Parts: sequence; structure tokens; C-alpha cells
Amino acid sequence: MSATVGPVAINTFREAVRDRVLYNLVLFALLMIGAAILVGEISIGIERLVIINLGLTAISVFGLVMAIFIGVGLVYKEIEKRTLYSLLAKPIRRWEFLVGKYAGLLLTLAVNTAFMTLGLAAALFYVGWRFERSDTSILVAIYFILLEFALVTALALFFSCFTTPMLSTLYTLGIYITGVFADDIRAVGDFTRNPAVLGVTRAIYYVVPNFHNFNAISMAAHGNAIPFTLFWQNTLYAALYVAVLLLAASAVFSRRNLK
Amino acid sequence: MNAMSTPAIEILGLTKDFPVGFWRPRMRRSLDSLSFQVDEGEVFGFLGPNGAGKTTTMKLLMGLIFPTSGTARVRGRSIDDVEMHREIGYLPEQPYFYDYLTARELLDYYARFSNYSAAERRERVEKFLERVGLAAAGDVQLRKFSKGMLQRAGIAQAILHDPPVVILDEPMSGLDPVGRREVRDIILELKKQGRTVFFSTHILSDAEMLCDRVAVLAGGKLQGVGAPGAIVAIKAPAMEILFEAREGRALPAGLAERATRIGGRCRVEVPEEGLYAALEQLRGCEARILSVSPVHPTLEDYFFRLVGGTAVSRGLEEISR
Repeated sequence: MSATVGPVAINTFREAVRDRVLYNLVLFALLMIGAAILVGEISIGIERLVIINLGLTAISVFGLVMAIFIGVGLVYKEIEKRTLYSLLAKPIRRWEFLVGKYAGLLLTLAVNTAFMTLGLAAALFYVGWRFERSDTSILVAIYFILLEFALVTALALFFSCFTTPMLSTLYTLGIYITGVFADDIRAVGDFTRNPAVLGVTRAIYYVVPNFHNFNAISMAAHGNAIPFTLFWQNTLYAALYVAVLLLAASAVFSRRNLK
Repeated sequence: MNAMSTPAIEILGLTKDFPVGFWRPRMRRSLDSLSFQVDEGEVFGFLGPNGAGKTTTMKLLMGLIFPTSGTARVRGRSIDDVEMHREIGYLPEQPYFYDYLTARELLDYYARFSNYSAAERRERVEKFLERVGLAAAGDVQLRKFSKGMLQRAGIAQAILHDPPVVILDEPMSGLDPVGRREVRDIILELKKQGRTVFFSTHILSDAEMLCDRVAVLAGGKLQGVGAPGAIVAIKAPAMEILFEAREGRALPAGLAERATRIGGRCRVEVPEEGLYAALEQLRGCEARILSVSPVHPTLEDYFFRLVGGTAVSRGLEEISR
């Protein structure tokens, strides 16, 4: 990490820790242990499936909420509170500041996810789970969730560069939801056979990131192996989108007057 | 370029327009073709009322906003060059810092951008906390700091990397007399070290006390640059007559309406060329002349004369900061 990006990233992580963002981990751990005990009582033979489903979904939802709500304020807060003025007076380029903020939030989300994964493992051990080779799909599913966070954070950061947190939240959530249903939106277009609708739905399908591709929770819960090609496809897909979004964010932010 | 002949700050025709309005935005000129230079080692005051364009100028220099036209250089480097920032220390107006950090952590954070080793950083942070009187509060989170303490932390971060040019936006703002005195001492110490200090203020006595030269800005336009003495000398000299009026004798017309009574004495200010005529009039009514002395115009007088001018006032209404 460059000499200027690193300090900004670490400071962003420190802010999240000091703002007690990671306290949600306690909530998650309690939720998982409670769920494990409850599921152990009411389900016979499918405890593992239910806990993995519940656990991975909770990791995804908790992380997405954090990515969006912290992400939309990443730049906006620095401008509003004018903390950015003294920082940009140092020898740091605006894009380095953006990449630093992005990396800091991603680090926060990764640490958060690591702890939640431990919580999930604890709940699985509670119902007598033993690690098998097919369980690597759980780790791959978690990796896909992290890729999803990387994309959502980049989206939130991009909007945060030029609009308010409220609008950024709306835009990011809107794109996320559209992205989750990208396949269905395309199918609707194909079904109507109307050229205009088809054009719009195809455009949405190709422009908006397809978040559905990152959902491997069901495969992991059923112990199905996740294809290696999907691993690389998702990694490259996310990396490309993140790069484009960060470039766009830098282009917007580098020209912005900080009034 | 010879470093000795390079000005510390060179402002060349800086102009800044801001859009105003949402539906049909119009451009308002906040800064109009500003040009002047600050020499190496000078303490240079930047004076003007609120909305004059002082902060806009400083933000332009720091690359926080971009000029509509014109440019500026700091020690020969363009303001677009990020390396220029190694030569500059900057205190924003009413600074606000990451309030979850302690003062020590804040300074350490900023020191990381100057490529110091961990040991050098520690040493510098302690030295500058001490310098601004925050050594005892080094481990206190900034959210618990008073305005004056934040200002001191702000000054410490601005001078932490020993920049040859220090730009301070209203450094005395919000400080009590002791705090102002401390900031004045820091500015004088920086001058003694040969650094250039460019600071904005509307506390004119501070500018008169500290500055080698000042620039006065109003309505986004430069009104004058020079030594404080030279600037105020622009005003036509006047004479002050202090006298005691004789009881029962009315003051002559022309003086009566201009005289102000202070206790048993009267004071009147007359133009230098009208002094002898005024003294004759006072002699005629048997007034006792106590003193005659020239009125020393201050920067304050100059400042108020400028701001009171109708053209400038009109400009101020038009131009938003």
C-alpha cells in the first residue's frame, strides 16, 4: 500500500472501531448462538443446513448494511466536517484519499466478516458439526459475500463523492436491488418481446452489476461444490467493476470544489 | 530559477466564480483578478471583511477549489503540483479534526504524510504538542477539546513538518487574549526561523503588530498591498484639537457640530489645511487650547473607509463567499 493510501485506510478503520461499529459483532454472536440453540431444538437432521443458511445470510445482510451506511458517508462526512481540508493540504492526491477511504472500509468489513465467520463456526460446532472437505464451499460463499461488499462499497463511495448520504443510500440500494434481480429483469424484457422494453432491460442487465452471481449461500448450505470457474469469474467481475467505479469516483472528486 | 529571487507565494490573476441558485444557477464572482506576491521570510497579513474572498484565496492556494482563471505558485511550484504541499503548512478557518483521535494520534497521522520514521514522528509530535501548549492534553480525544485547544492542535499540524511557507486562515479567530498572544508568539517565532507566514485576519491590531506587509481585499478585489504604515498613509492626514470652551460662549458654527464633548473638554478633528482657520475661530470664542496633534490613521480606519464605500458595499452584497 502506498505511503499515503495506507495511513488514510488505517485511520478509516480506526474511526469505525472507535465509533463502535464492530459492536454489531456481539449482536451477531448472540443471534447465532440463540439461533443454534433454537434450531437444535426444533429441527431434526437439518440443523447444519439451517444454521449455514441463516449464518451466511446474516453475514451478508450485516455487512451490506455496514458497507452502505458507512460507505455513503465516507467522503461526505469529511467534507461536511471539514476534516478533509487539513488532510488535502498534505502531499496527498485526491484519488489516493479515495482509495485509502475505500481500503479502510473494506478492511473494516473484512475484519467484521472474519469475526462473524467465527461466530457461525461456533454455532455449527454447538450442533455437533465437524469440518469436512465439502465445507470449503462455505468459505467460498463468504469470499463471494466479501466481493459483494467490495462492489457495494465502491458504489456507495462513488455516490458519496457528489451527493448527500440520503441520496447515496437510495442510489446504492436501488442499484443493489436491481443487481440482485438482474436476471429476472432481463427475462421480463425477453418475455415482452417489445423492442423498447427489451432495449431497456438489456441495458440494465449489462450496466448494473449482477449481484445474483455472488450468491452461493444455497450451494454452501447444501454442501455442493462451487465451480472453480465461478470463483475466478466473480473475482474478475468484481475487480473490474470496482476499478471502473473507483476511477469514476476519482474523476468526479478530483474536479470537485470543496466549498 | 534562483531560490533567493523566487517569491514564497505568487498569485497571478486569480479569479473564482461560484454558481448560485438551484434551478437557474448564475455565476457570482467571489474573487476578481487577484494578483500580488508574498516574499520569502515575510509575515504577510491578508485583511478584509467577511465575504471579501480571503478564505476563497487560501482554498485556491491549497487546491481545495479550482480557479476560474489565473494561477498561483508557491516557491516557484504550481498549485496543481502535489509536491508543492510539502512546502506548505495550512490551518483552515475554524478547524475541525477527527474527534475520535487524541491530539497525539492526530499529529502522528499527519506526520505520516511527510515520510518520517516512527522515531522521528514520535519526537516531532512531542515537540509540537509542547510548542502549542498541548503536552498535558496529548492523550485527550479531540471531541473533548475547547475551540482554543482545537486551534492550537491545528497550528501544530500546520507546522509539524517544518514547512517554509505557513498559511493560516483566521488563526486568532475564537481565541481568548491569552490564546491570541500565544498565536502571535508562534507567528513571530516562525518569522525568526526565516519562514514565510501568510495569514488572514480581521483583527487589525494583530496585523499591524505582526505584519511586514498586508494586502486588503474587499468585494473580491484587491484594494491595496504594502507595509501597514504605507497602506494607512494613503489616507489624507487630519489634525485633532483638544480644547476647553469658555463658559457662556457658544462655539462658532462649523466647529460646534463637529466637536464632541468628553467630560469638560471638547475634541474636534479638522483637515490639516483647515487647522489655522479652526484655531483662529477657537481663539475668537476664547476657548482654551489643550493640545493639537496629528491623527495617526490606523489600518482600522483604512479598513472601515474601504468597507464603508458604497461601491464596495454593493459588491459585498453581490458576492457570496
